Amino acid sequence: MAPPAQFQRSTSSSQPSGKGEVSDLKMQLRQLAGSRAQGTDDSKRELFKKAISFMTVGIDVSSLFSEMVMCSATSDIVLKKMCYLYVGNYAKGNPDLSLLTINFLQKDCRDEDPMIRGLALRSLCSLRVANLVEYLVGPLGSGLKDNNCYVRTVAAIGVLKLYHISPSTCVDADFPSVLKTLMLKDPDAQVVANCLSALQEIWSLEAGTSEEASREREAFLSKPVIYYFLNRIKEFSEWAQCIVLDLVAKYIPSDNNEIFDIMNLLEDRLQHANGAVVLATIKVFLHLTLSMTDVHQQVYERIKAPLLTLVSSGSQEQSYAVLSHLHLLVMRAPMLFSSDYKHFYCQYNEPSYVKKLKLEMLTAVANESNTYEIVTELCEYAANVDVPIARESIRAVGKIALQQYDINAIVDRLLQFLEMEKDYVTAETLVLVKDLLRKYPQWSHDCIAVVGNISSKNVQEPKAKAALIWMLGEYSQDMIDAPYILESLIDNWDDEHSAEVRLHLLTSVLKCFFKRPPETQKALGAALAAGLADSHQDVHDRALLYYRVLQYNVSVAECLVNPPKQAVSVFADTQNSEIKDRIFDEFNSLSVIYQKPSYMFTDKEHQGPFEFSEELGSLSVGIESADNVSPAQRVEASDNDLLLSTSEKEESRGPSSNGSAYSAPVYDGLTASQTQLEPAFQNQALPVYSPQDGLAIDDLLGLGPPAAPAPPPLKLNARTVLDPSTFQRKWGQLSVSLSQECSISPQGTEFTASEIAEVDNGSKLQLDVYLDEPKTPFNDDINGFDVLSFWRSNWTRFLDVARMAHDVLAIPVSTVASKSSFSAGGHVIDKYLTEPVDDANDMADVVKHVLLMPKPNSERGCGPIGTPQASSWAGSNL
Amino acid sequence: MISQFFVLSLRGDNIVFRDYRGDVPKGSAEIFFRKVKFWKEDEEEEAPPVFNLDGVNYFHVKVAGLLFVATTRVNMSPSLVLELLQRIARVIKDYLGVLNEDSLRKNFVLVYELLDEVIDFGYVQTTSTEVLKSYIFNEPIVVDAARLPPLGPASMFMQGTKRMPGTAVTKSVVANEPGGRKREEIFVDIIEKISVTFSSSGYILTSEIDGTIQMKSYLTGNPEIRLALNEDLSIGRDGRSIYDYSSSSGGGMVILDDCNFHESVHLDSFDIDRTLTLVPPDGEFPVMNYRMTQEFKPPFRINALIEEAGPFRAEVILKIRADFSSNITANTILVQLPVPTYTNRVSFELEPGAVGNTTDFREANKRIEWGLKKIVGGSEHTLRAKLTFSQEPHANIMKEAGPVSMTFTIPMYNASRLQVRYLQIAKKSKTYNPYRWVRYVTQANSYVARI
Repeated sequence: MAPPAQFQRSTSSSQPSGKGEVSDLKMQLRQLAGSRAQGTDDSKRELFKKAISFMTVGIDVSSLFSEMVMCSATSDIVLKKMCYLYVGNYAKGNPDLSLLTINFLQKDCRDEDPMIRGLALRSLCSLRVANLVEYLVGPLGSGLKDNNCYVRTVAAIGVLKLYHISPSTCVDADFPSVLKTLMLKDPDAQVVANCLSALQEIWSLEAGTSEEASREREAFLSKPVIYYFLNRIKEFSEWAQCIVLDLVAKYIPSDNNEIFDIMNLLEDRLQHANGAVVLATIKVFLHLTLSMTDVHQQVYERIKAPLLTLVSSGSQEQSYAVLSHLHLLVMRAPMLFSSDYKHFYCQYNEPSYVKKLKLEMLTAVANESNTYEIVTELCEYAANVDVPIARESIRAVGKIALQQYDINAIVDRLLQFLEMEKDYVTAETLVLVKDLLRKYPQWSHDCIAVVGNISSKNVQEPKAKAALIWMLGEYSQDMIDAPYILESLIDNWDDEHSAEVRLHLLTSVLKCFFKRPPETQKALGAALAAGLADSHQDVHDRALLYYRVLQYNVSVAECLVNPPKQAVSVFADTQNSEIKDRIFDEFNSLSVIYQKPSYMFTDKEHQGPFEFSEELGSLSVGIESADNVSPAQRVEASDNDLLLSTSEKEESRGPSSNGSAYSAPVYDGLTASQTQLEPAFQNQALPVYSPQDGLAIDDLLGLGPPAAPAPPPLKLNARTVLDPSTFQRKWGQLSVSLSQECSISPQGTEFTASEIAEVDNGSKLQLDVYLDEPKTPFNDDINGFDVLSFWRSNWTRFLDVARMAHDVLAIPVSTVASKSSFSAGGHVIDKYLTEPVDDANDMADVVKHVLLMPKPNSERGCGPIGTPQASSWAGSNL
Repeated sequence: MISQFFVLSLRGDNIVFRDYRGDVPKGSAEIFFRKVKFWKEDEEEEAPPVFNLDGVNYFHVKVAGLLFVATTRVNMSPSLVLELLQRIARVIKDYLGVLNEDSLRKNFVLVYELLDEVIDFGYVQTTSTEVLKSYIFNEPIVVDAARLPPLGPASMFMQGTKRMPGTAVTKSVVANEPGGRKREEIFVDIIEKISVTFSSSGYILTSEIDGTIQMKSYLTGNPEIRLALNEDLSIGRDGRSIYDYSSSSGGGMVILDDCNFHESVHLDSFDIDRTLTLVPPDGEFPVMNYRMTQEFKPPFRINALIEEAGPFRAEVILKIRADFSSNITANTILVQLPVPTYTNRVSFELEPGAVGNTTDFREANKRIEWGLKKIVGGSEHTLRAKLTFSQEPHANIMKEAGPVSMTFTIPMYNASRLQVRYLQIAKKSKTYNPYRWVRYVTQANSYVARI
């Protein structure tokens, strides 16, 4: 790193990066130390400056310590300040030498100039050396009583510094209570503010160990204290106002009159030019009115204009911070902002992080009346030179289309995108068109006409290609060229690098085969051959499966790939409402910017004063399970789950929102079944699922009530959710979903929390009952025990365990699926649900117990599938 | 609680580094710089002003080619920190006169002195230039402003208009004038940033004015000031949709959507006669920010046309008409037009007799740039450009190019018609008559015409 330029000029010689320069400086300082000559101060200043500039650029000048201290005996305040700065920086590393400074600092603390007293006291407290604390107590005590407010402000913070060096010294000296008196009495607002900050920090750190401290902490939120601060609020500096407002936001008024009093008092703060003050005020307003719906809504209306003004004034960075908060509010109550949509139009010179927020807001506020204009605007961005934003805009158009407003026009627009012949536009649009078709199959005619014209050569991105192939398979009866396009794609099988595309290709060609057999037969053969030879495990397995099913029974195969389909009604929300609420609770903090609650990105000890989120967190995940994990650990684990999942979402926001999550036609359902399965394994305490839950989740994910073709012959599970082909396809998609993230199912975590707590009502758990069963003796006769028939006959006894077995036992059909169930990679079930590695053993235990015997034929692909029994399993809906 | 504050040059050098709480590792500046520089290399995205890395939250703002950074481990209000960083930059500018890398390096001891007082153990103490004055003992080493490229919104007054004393805006609040005596003066700047989007057919799709009344006072003794605005000024468009122009276009009233004020402003008589009363603190500060979506006459009309001219060729015609009075001159105009990505050569043709025009084809981002030193009100300027393509253009070439964007500065012009009727300074004596400068300027924020 280069040193400040001035020294490159003034020191004629070499770069001052080496030891030579420092020791030079040391010499010069030593010469000056004793000198009383005129002009010494000026030369000292130069040398001090040099030392500090070295310090700034990271050169270690701690060796100058004693010389610096010797030179500091001066009345020149500028010199003193530089020396204090230096000492503060290096004292921690040189505790012994620091002792040298104590003397002159203590002397300065008694200086008659309040400025010097304050400075010395601040430096004294900043030494951060534990064995010097005894020298701090005296000066701090007198500092707090000083008649100059500057010294008192310094002393108030000094107490906090002392607390951080040695909590016991600070508490023993009774400084907290002195601070409290000062806070409630001092005429100077800054002293009061500093006392407040210091006390908040001290008491929230103490609260863990001392009950008195937590009582004191609560006392801040009492009516007299809050009113005291509110009445003085105009005396405070804008920054101190933020601290006070933050405190007020946590206050719970006793009645509505109080609420209105506070709001009236603070209303003019909304016109403050400082965004931090305005946001802090808004937080107070929002939190005070949470229980009063109509007033809460009025608050939204009231704060809209100030927020918009803040967004457009100030620097880009400031407006980004405010915009993030606006974004949060818009997402909470889109209809209140639907007439302001023009404010969310992007400007060409805005940075992409701002544009992304705005696009999301535009998507959210779209309704019947403004969709046309919003979509028109978004279409302009699609032609933008900024490619990522162009992509985002297309996705936004798609999301609006999925919200069901004015689809007619939107579909036309999307089709126009396809005509733009820009690669990325085409790619994004294809993915969207596919999603649209899943929701509005009635549009297939128009879309297919256009999609059919797209040359597959122009589509390179895997997601888009997969979408195109899916459409080719799904609508092959309407697309004249479909079999031939597929055939040419299969010809280039080896050039296709994405396994996802190859998987889709297999499925699509099979679909196509059932619709137009003569034209596709050859292609199907080629595809299966290529698939069987494929090096990718999933592709290989799927090809093998199709091959065998075709061999076994063609109509089953048709059922497998062309089941009756229901239009997807709702695409799952990406963020669960609990997380959203937590973020809202932490309004005016980083949580809003990162879009995740604070426990996901801050360490526990840094969550700051008055952070109640921990308690909230444990509430929501307080699982009354039968496991022996201590509550704390459990919270930790659940937190981790959330953390992992959301951070993943963060990284993958781009791809996930473009519909990649939906690229596999049916795997929403898969996720649903996993979300049911996973929590069970994870917590060992096996929940008793109520049937509605299972259905509800499937519904949410768009599977709808099962359209089972025939009633299950065995009547084992009256509540079966999956028809055989769906099940089989879910299995087929398993590894696909494992290898990519999907934007669904924080429901998974939510489920864990609420369901388990609710369900476990003290009765013995099914799993326990099951595990307590006498073990079936193991013998060499493989055929002596049929695990499937065991489950058939015991289905009614262990409803849920049996359902698990249903899922688990299907896995050995493919070695890869079982591998992914047990390998570490398999623990990432989806981006919201990650299973702690330890639980793998638990899961394995269950499975082992179920299977009870080793599989003799562990040869790849030759598991139970080889037997007709397994196939009938798949075909007969268990 | 802020853990560290530091200022980096754009090359990543530490110019100032202050650690307040010692809970963030020392190498944070380097970690930060690397992260910002290589945010997402492939996507050319800018790093957001706030991000979290290994539990440390980094905040940064860019001011005058410098990165002002704060770090913390706690979950703070992002607005507070970003606002603070911006404020620190302004306080430093108040003291140094000019804020840039050079002046900061020359005065880093003074900056440390300021930082000591602004933040203590991570808690903000004061950012008032006024209050800080009594704690600051270093004298600023004034950097010669004349050599420096102009920075910040106020600097625009240095060019074009001779009426303004050039040194005033770069004057430190503490340094004495060379003559020894301080000049009593006060500057009130009405700075408006306008955003307009024209549709391809020339209609105004959106328009907004973001204005601020900026004040910089060099008055001794801090006298009270009265600032009177348009009498017919009205605030808030109650009940009506914000974009409902029909009712607001007549009458000539100035209707602000919303505004906010500096904390020193008293609004006692604002509702009666639109007068702001304040005791201006030292240094530069915004008296009032306002936002307006009322219809206004855009200062420039842009006309862009792209036509195919044979295979592998197209012609672009850009026309700009200045729709304001001829005694006003806009300066530093830059017009940009992205052209199809397969353009590989551009030749320009200016009007005969055009002076002070520059044209350029930016190969890297496929954009043509047309710079004009000044445009006199009422005049019209045209640029023709011939594009040569490396491939056959797509059917709709218009979709491949644009939109046209424009930046400019128009001194002594304000689009909103908001005015300072008078600026009254409470007089200490009859002879006390400080200089009062009221200046208007309009800048383009986002001025875009789609084609």
